[in-house]
Amino acid sequence: MPFDVDLTLRRGGKTIAARFSGGEGITALFGPSGAGKTSVLDMVAGLVRPDAGRIVVGGEVLFDSAKGVNLPPERRRCGYVFQDLRLFPHRKVRDNLLFGWRLARPEARWLSLGDAVDFLGIAHLLDRAPASLSGGEAQRVAIGRALLSGPAFLAMDEPLSSLDHSRREEILRLVTRIRDELRLPILYVSHDPAEIDRLEATVIRLD
Amino acid sequence: MGLSSEEWEIVLLSLRVSALAIGLTLPFAFALAWLLARVRFPGKVLLDALVHLPLVVPPVVTGWLLLLAFGPNGPIGRPLEAAFGFSVMFRWTGAALASAVMALPLMVRVIRLSLEAVDRRLEVAARTLGAGPWRTFTAITLPLSLPGVLAGVVLGFARSLGEFGATITFVSNIPGETQTLPLAIYAALQVPGADSAVARLAGLSVLLSIMALVASEWLVRRGAAGEVRARHAL
Repeated sequence: MPFDVDLTLRRGGKTIAARFSGGEGITALFGPSGAGKTSVLDMVAGLVRPDAGRIVVGGEVLFDSAKGVNLPPERRRCGYVFQDLRLFPHRKVRDNLLFGWRLARPEARWLSLGDAVDFLGIAHLLDRAPASLSGGEAQRVAIGRALLSGPAFLAMDEPLSSLDHSRREEILRLVTRIRDELRLPILYVSHDPAEIDRLEATVIRLD
Repeated sequence: MGLSSEEWEIVLLSLRVSALAIGLTLPFAFALAWLLARVRFPGKVLLDALVHLPLVVPPVVTGWLLLLAFGPNGPIGRPLEAAFGFSVMFRWTGAALASAVMALPLMVRVIRLSLEAVDRRLEVAARTLGAGPWRTFTAITLPLSLPGVLAGVVLGFARSLGEFGATITFVSNIPGETQTLPLAIYAALQVPGADSAVARLAGLSVLLSIMALVASEWLVRRGAAGEVRARHAL
């Protein structure tokens, strides 16, 4: 049971509550914009602190308000692929990819740069600056950077939102390959039912 | 330009004083800029005002306050003398201290702006990739704000090359020790018939300032260009 999440966050007058246990594969957080999907992702990644609850991923307790556990983001092994990608503008693609890899403990590095680059088809981009990448290319690099940090799971926030139709198809195939070939649990935020259908995800509704 | 060796010494002393001044100020300026840009705390407005004080108070007042603080009976001067036998009074190090205080607000402003321009979302991304706060600072925040920090250094340097009021009040106008370029110009102006010396020193002073301003502008633009590139990357 990769994900075991139960959390509440009060923000302004609104309460975001999410409670789910995810199976293998992809767990999709689904709901209209403003439902707090990204907030849930941020809480799992350790970027926002829930008011109460418990977050367990792959048996590891990341957050538990009752026991006072709150791991900082750098210790959660969450490969976060942000909606706005956030590639480091002052570093080449290669150094973006290796940023988390270099910081990971050797035993946590389950993927090498060579394998990641082959898997994503980005060998020709290594010496480029992030600013020179197309949307699809930048998306692949962002995914590669997350995978190389040796994560225990991926968190993907609407990874298709900024792409045109053919690129969407490409990235969708990539996500399913991450699920099937790398066997990495994925927490996936989307507002598109067709997309979630394609991914055969366990759906968690947020309203 | 045909400078005499005496005039060269003045220039070298000025550069030495400014270099020490900026070396002294930079860590404080950066720390203050960081506090003001990133941390919320009570009394922030007060600290902000305090940092900017040398910019608005008459320099002669700043010099006088330094005199009180670092004088033989001052709250800093006395323990310094007692512990290390060290005094900045009437020394070139004192001139550097005066310049440092005067350059501080300018440097804090420039560095603060460059820190505020750093995209915090990139820092958050670094954290999720396994970087602790310190690592995030050295790998992301510092390099991205570096052009602004350098611009602050150059601007502070230029400001301190031009420092006059606080310096002359604090450490007087001693040739070869505290007589920097502006003080030398002032001294030459008191001597009848030294017009050509005044003109040479003034010209030199203007030249140095222009060089520093151009360098600073270039650095700021480079930083800004980097920012724009970063935004296009998203």
